Amino acid sequence: MNHVQQIPCLHRHFRLQWEPVQDSFVLLYPEGMVKLNASAGEILSACDGKKSVAEISDSLEQKYPDGEGIADDVIDFFIAANDKGWTHFV
Amino acid sequence: MSSPILSSPIKSRGSLAKRIGPPLWLLAELTYRCPLQCPYCSNPLEFANIKDELTTEQWLHVLRQGRALGAAQLGFSGGEPLLRQDLEDLAAEARSLGYYSNLITSGMGLSRERVAALKTAGLDHIQLSFQDSDKELNDQIAGSHKAFDKKLEMAQVVKEYDYPMVINFVLHRHNIDHIESILNLCVAIGADYVELANVQYYGWGLHNRDNLMPSAEQLRHAEEVTQRFRKQYQNKMQLIFVVPDYYETRPKGCMNGWGSLFLTVAPDGLALPCHSARDLPISFPSVKSTPLKDIWYGSDGFNKYRGDDWMAEPCRSCPEKGDDFGGCRCQAYHLTGSAENADPVCDKSSHHHLIQAAVAQAQRSNDVRPLLFRNAKNSRQLAES
Repeated sequence: MNHVQQIPCLHRHFRLQWEPVQDSFVLLYPEGMVKLNASAGEILSACDGKKSVAEISDSLEQKYPDGEGIADDVIDFFIAANDKGWTHFV
Repeated sequence: MSSPILSSPIKSRGSLAKRIGPPLWLLAELTYRCPLQCPYCSNPLEFANIKDELTTEQWLHVLRQGRALGAAQLGFSGGEPLLRQDLEDLAAEARSLGYYSNLITSGMGLSRERVAALKTAGLDHIQLSFQDSDKELNDQIAGSHKAFDKKLEMAQVVKEYDYPMVINFVLHRHNIDHIESILNLCVAIGADYVELANVQYYGWGLHNRDNLMPSAEQLRHAEEVTQRFRKQYQNKMQLIFVVPDYYETRPKGCMNGWGSLFLTVAPDGLALPCHSARDLPISFPSVKSTPLKDIWYGSDGFNKYRGDDWMAEPCRSCPEKGDDFGGCRCQAYHLTGSAENADPVCDKSSHHHLIQAAVAQAQRSNDVRPLLFRNAKNSRQLAES
């Protein structure tokens, strides 16, 4: 399935939050916490329930002009996040 | 930007590095008081003699210090935390500090008004416990004829306020065969997460162990049914099945290691590496007199079983010590008399026969003393004897 034009949305039971002590973004949910690595944190914090996957890729490419393979990373991330139930496509 | 490695779950394999990480989870046991009398309660047997609950101001101070140290997950537990009339104030402060806050409740003392107030305060999640899917057994275990109806009613309200629906059932030999109707009830009330937690044998649970432990056959059946529901409701309802560790041959990596992630503050302010640790012959500090940072990083109690210097054989030379940390210190203490021993659940432990004997006992169903219910009267009697 092609997800590029779809809009990912964070599951309403999850909260994304920057944690200074862990120096990373974490996902919080009932009695659970997932520490995100730097790129996953960047991608998920660009997800606002309005931007499509393509628009999220564009915004990150502008922010990181030297980054390589950003579009593929973003799609891979949201497919995996969808499988884990962190996000879904609206 | 490199390829995203998705996550490093917090409950990953532990290391035995000496470096002390932050306390990411704070468990606030607000009170030992509870209107219910479940005979598997993990509170200490002598709870009735533990008085001097922290004041609202003292709890707020604990929450602020915990957050500054890096705690992100916060549990409000007890006893029944709803007996604290300041719960809404604590929840509001927790939210403004940035905690993800969890209320772990029996539902007794909950009302539509309080759910609304907690939602406004910013509480993130309510975990509601049931004793059984059958009203009669539920109320018998809980020691209250009102419990089941109240829980059902509150489950609806929790759902109405769009909370994640997390239902907890504690399983034991008297209700585990009801697993199918338990799971059907969870489906009916729209549970998002279901914790099917077999009794852990601490506190009142340990006292009543021989009248609670399910047989191997009962366990097998419950796991089969759970697996069937798991397949059927894959994306709708997450099922977590916790086996009684007596049926394992390797110990659990208890608390992800002593003083590694979890910090419990008991109702009277005692700071503990887990909610059962006050039974150990260790002098733990109180938040009433010691800053949380000094407790976590500097106290003898929290440093006692960090790393592996404290370990004896068979743990010391065991290649798995980085995974299970020698198991549970409290279980080692209660069953072998020394908290430095390997958790006897491990079949490398010279005390493993104690676990085997308890399991063998569980295959015989009747010949046991009656359940001792958790209440203040029984607690005082136990403390005296």
